[in-house]
Amino acid sequence: MTRYGVILVTLTDSNPKPVSTPVSLGGARGGPKVKTLRKGAWWLPQLASGVGLALFVAYASWTAIRNGHYYVGIMPSHYYVGSGRDYLSPFYSPCLTNSCVNTSNHVFNWWKLSPAFLILIFPGGFRATCYYYRKAYYRSFWFSPPACAVTEPHKKYSGETKFPLILNNIHRYFWYFAVVFAGILTYDAVLAFRFSGGIGVGLGTLIFVVNAVLIWLYTLSCHACRHLCGGHTNTFSKAPVRYWFWKKISVINPHHMLFAWLSLVWIGFTDFYVYLVAMGTIHDPKFF
Amino acid sequence: MTESSVETHDYDVVIIGAGGAGLRAAIESVARGAKTALVCKSLLGKAHTVMAEGGLAAAMGNVWPEDNWKVHFRDTMRGGKMLNNWRMAELHAKEAPDRVYELEEWGALFDRTKDGLILQRDFGGHRYARLAHVGDRTGLELIRTLQQRAVAMGIDVFMELKIVKLIHDDSGAVAGALGFWRNSGEFVLFRGKSFVLASGGIGKSWKYTSNSWESSGDGHALALWAGADLIDMEFVQFHPTGMVWPLSVRGLLVTEGVRGDGGILKNSDGERFMFNYIPPMFAPDTADSVEEADKWYDDKNFRRPPELLPRDEVARSINSEVKAGRGTAHGGVYLDIASRRSPEYIRRRLPSMYHQFKELADVDITTTPMEVGPTCHYAMGGVRVDPDSTRATVDGLFAAGEVAGGMHGSNRLGGNSLSDLIVFGRRAGIGASERALGMTSTPKISEALVNDAISETLLPLTRSDAENPFSVQHDLQETMQDLVGIIRTHRELEEAIEKLEVLQDRVDKVGATGGRRFNSSWHTAVDLKSMITVSKACANSAILRKESRGGHTRDDFPKADPEFGKINHVVSFKNGAMSVTPAPLPVMPAELAVLFEDAPPVSNPTPKGGDK
Amino acid sequence: MSDITVRIWRGDENGGEFKEYVVPAQEGEVVLDVVHRVQAGQAPDLAVRWNCKAGKCGSCSAEINGRPRLMCMTRMNSLPEGEPVTITPMKTFPIIRDLVTDVSFNFEKLKEVPALKPKPREKDGTYRMMQQDIERGQEFRKCIECFLCQDVCHVIRDHEENKENYAGPRLFIRYADLEMHPLDTNDRRKLLQEKAGLGMCNITKCCTEVCPEHIHITDNAIIPLKERVVDDRYDPIAWLGRKIFKRSSKTQASA
Repeated sequence: MTRYGVILVTLTDSNPKPVSTPVSLGGARGGPKVKTLRKGAWWLPQLASGVGLALFVAYASWTAIRNGHYYVGIMPSHYYVGSGRDYLSPFYSPCLTNSCVNTSNHVFNWWKLSPAFLILIFPGGFRATCYYYRKAYYRSFWFSPPACAVTEPHKKYSGETKFPLILNNIHRYFWYFAVVFAGILTYDAVLAFRFSGGIGVGLGTLIFVVNAVLIWLYTLSCHACRHLCGGHTNTFSKAPVRYWFWKKISVINPHHMLFAWLSLVWIGFTDFYVYLVAMGTIHDPKFF
Repeated sequence: MTESSVETHDYDVVIIGAGGAGLRAAIESVARGAKTALVCKSLLGKAHTVMAEGGLAAAMGNVWPEDNWKVHFRDTMRGGKMLNNWRMAELHAKEAPDRVYELEEWGALFDRTKDGLILQRDFGGHRYARLAHVGDRTGLELIRTLQQRAVAMGIDVFMELKIVKLIHDDSGAVAGALGFWRNSGEFVLFRGKSFVLASGGIGKSWKYTSNSWESSGDGHALALWAGADLIDMEFVQFHPTGMVWPLSVRGLLVTEGVRGDGGILKNSDGERFMFNYIPPMFAPDTADSVEEADKWYDDKNFRRPPELLPRDEVARSINSEVKAGRGTAHGGVYLDIASRRSPEYIRRRLPSMYHQFKELADVDITTTPMEVGPTCHYAMGGVRVDPDSTRATVDGLFAAGEVAGGMHGSNRLGGNSLSDLIVFGRRAGIGASERALGMTSTPKISEALVNDAISETLLPLTRSDAENPFSVQHDLQETMQDLVGIIRTHRELEEAIEKLEVLQDRVDKVGATGGRRFNSSWHTAVDLKSMITVSKACANSAILRKESRGGHTRDDFPKADPEFGKINHVVSFKNGAMSVTPAPLPVMPAELAVLFEDAPPVSNPTPKGGDK
Repeated sequence: MSDITVRIWRGDENGGEFKEYVVPAQEGEVVLDVVHRVQAGQAPDLAVRWNCKAGKCGSCSAEINGRPRLMCMTRMNSLPEGEPVTITPMKTFPIIRDLVTDVSFNFEKLKEVPALKPKPREKDGTYRMMQQDIERGQEFRKCIECFLCQDVCHVIRDHEENKENYAGPRLFIRYADLEMHPLDTNDRRKLLQEKAGLGMCNITKCCTEVCPEHIHITDNAIIPLKERVVDDRYDPIAWLGRKIFKRSSKTQASA
């Protein structure tokens, strides 16, 4: 292998210019031929996030297929009457189809499956193309890589240059929808203050408020959001508003992973709480 | 490969060293149409320039409009105790601002004033805040900017190639440079018309040094062996604040910016001792009470704190405190910024210092004072050059940066080295390319000289049972540290010169085990030849200067002697023997001399914008 | 204090093996100190690349207990006590000898980067940039070119053939530095996606994990670059807007 592009010549000849070689491939590498020399439980974080994601997907599927017990309401309801509350599971919000228990809507009439499927495309797509979740599933499920400085099992690797992974580039469209959904979930949290006797606060209300806050934190700390709101500018001093947004988003963006997990767990928990109350398994305490 | 067949390259200009000066020279030389090679001992961009922290001094007047080249010139000369080559100091002060603007155009991102101009910071010995900077990693910014510019221009770079010998043609001009690839151990010959030395310093010959292994004085030695003169070799700057603990990082630099940003020096009694060491020359500019000193940081109408005296003064004061038994457990003094500035301020202004102490010493400088002591930092002395063209006293040879002498006199001001690199690096590029482009044919060199140099370089590898080069290097460093250190006496210097002769013998007989490929013991054996040569040049010059001035302090002659203020010591090397002779200082023209007539005025200017 | 055992990879392109060295422990040492003591005593010809020994030049990159790190910034007391310390050369680059690798890949890639093309100066001859304009770029310019991020990146660590069309995290920081530079007028987005292999990066963040300068390579450089590429070629609304308003955010640079 020729390094730095030099050519050997005798003293009488002379080489006008070292030839710049393109990157040379296939040079022998040093070190032992083992998968990794790392010590300790390097596999643990990946395992944990893999299990976490798998559990959530299983739970979300069950919830979506369940197609019931997702509303605790003051509206006329087939399932639950007279609770004096207005809690709609985030997996079923907004209620779009005729089958939906608390609304009458004819636009999505043709939809025969659980309305959750119609809704989950958007937050699901947002999370599936999210820069954090991509890291998590590439590491945990695809072992690409299994951990830093641990050899990956694949012969070939093309990253996000080909279908379907190239679709991850449309993350920002899901973000636009995610903002809408964050608005809807905020609206749901406001509705959760409605009780039959007027305005009040129950345990469910608090759960819905926390849910909305976490969803906003996750949505606003998104990398695409950071770019769209200001990151695309090169001269911040000439764009003070965008700079202000970019600065604020840059504060929460490093915690995107944390918000991704918290909002994920909490949205599942919110649904489960609604389910339990709708089932009558537990009673939603009202504080005032 | 046999020794009669050597990889050979023909160039107009060959530049040895790819730090700030070498890169700047290469950029200029290529821009002027000369075919240029840039040769460096490490990878590109790793040169010692990356270690520079504080900033580059240039009288741009962005923070203080009163500042101009004359003030900068005056500060530089006074900092060098008037021993500087006045013309170099003049060129430096005049051209530094343009060189800084040029860096900005090439992509450097200096910290800014509120008006969007380059922000300038305070440093010891500079009357006005004058240092363009990037936090405390200015050297990295400088080298990266120049490196990227050089790469964009398509300059031919030869990395990890050590030059061992300059070779003359029949006329006595330097016409070739022999070196070897460190990776393979194979030899390389450069034939050229102009050779620029930009090889940096000599600090590796001392035990506690802020310099890396590269600073073995290769350029100084190559020049001397090639028949060029060195000057001012007795002047070695000991930076007052190097880390002293843990031992493994002893000598590592703690930037002057710590003091510029509010850090103070305390002895083990907790006394802020610098007030006891204000020399008469700087007394009019320096605060003499804690109250006044502390007001200076916020209001420059007050006089400067004594912690910001020139480096030689501060280093000597620390040395005296430790000798008087008021040092810390590890033989330093305390540098305290923790009790004076908020943790946020310290982390923002001094990020790499925070990082360095946290990671290497497990010390949090926002809560705990640092332990510091003097460390060998910079060689004021170097190749004697013509100020305008940087031409050495041998034809075909040029020098710029730390390897060149004269610019800084007996003591360099902080921030003047980075500006030196770009001002004289550019001038070397001009001088070297002009000479090369004016010549019609490449000079011829004899094959025999090349072969002799090759055999000589390979000698250590033939002596695998001989002494290990690392132990010779260790003893050389101990000798220079103990006997040619910050405080010197005739008796110790005499002892040093004797010991260096013995060490020269050991260097000549040293052996390296292993083969030629990236063999550290062989590399060290070869570097030792340069190290011993510059060490002898330093000790032999030091013994003749019977006075204390700048970076040269004699316990037996504690005062500056006006007679010695008129001469530089010139080191030359003929027929295998080194000699040191005095040479009169160039005379400053009247229009510049007038700047030094009045007593220094009290600093009372008002700042213009920018952060203080 | 007790003794330290280090297992250092010795060898060249023809193969190699671990050699064990035992040296007495000393207080406050980093891995590079131990390597130096081995070199000064038992193995004078041990090949190791280093310069500043202060975490500023990025020369002494290696893998310590399998993790890419700077030897000068890894304190011995941060490693598990009593266990041998394994030191191997960076895996992604061809070996020269022992701990020294041929990192010319990175320098070749750096040559491909289109340089800064600054806009003209202001009327008063200066460039005006505010502190907030340069702070983002300053983070990228902290890079010491230790190439640990290049070493750990699985795209080339595990797939030699990708080296041809993949620049790597260090280069992405460089591209980000230029693309976000307040003075720059070049557009490198096409080049980034087509030749520099930005799409190959699957943002698994190992580069950020190993960066000794703590640069947020993925969050602050790679992802923003990916978003800029999306602006350029995957965002039909932006494309439509440009067509309608005849506006180009930047002139297309030739790749």
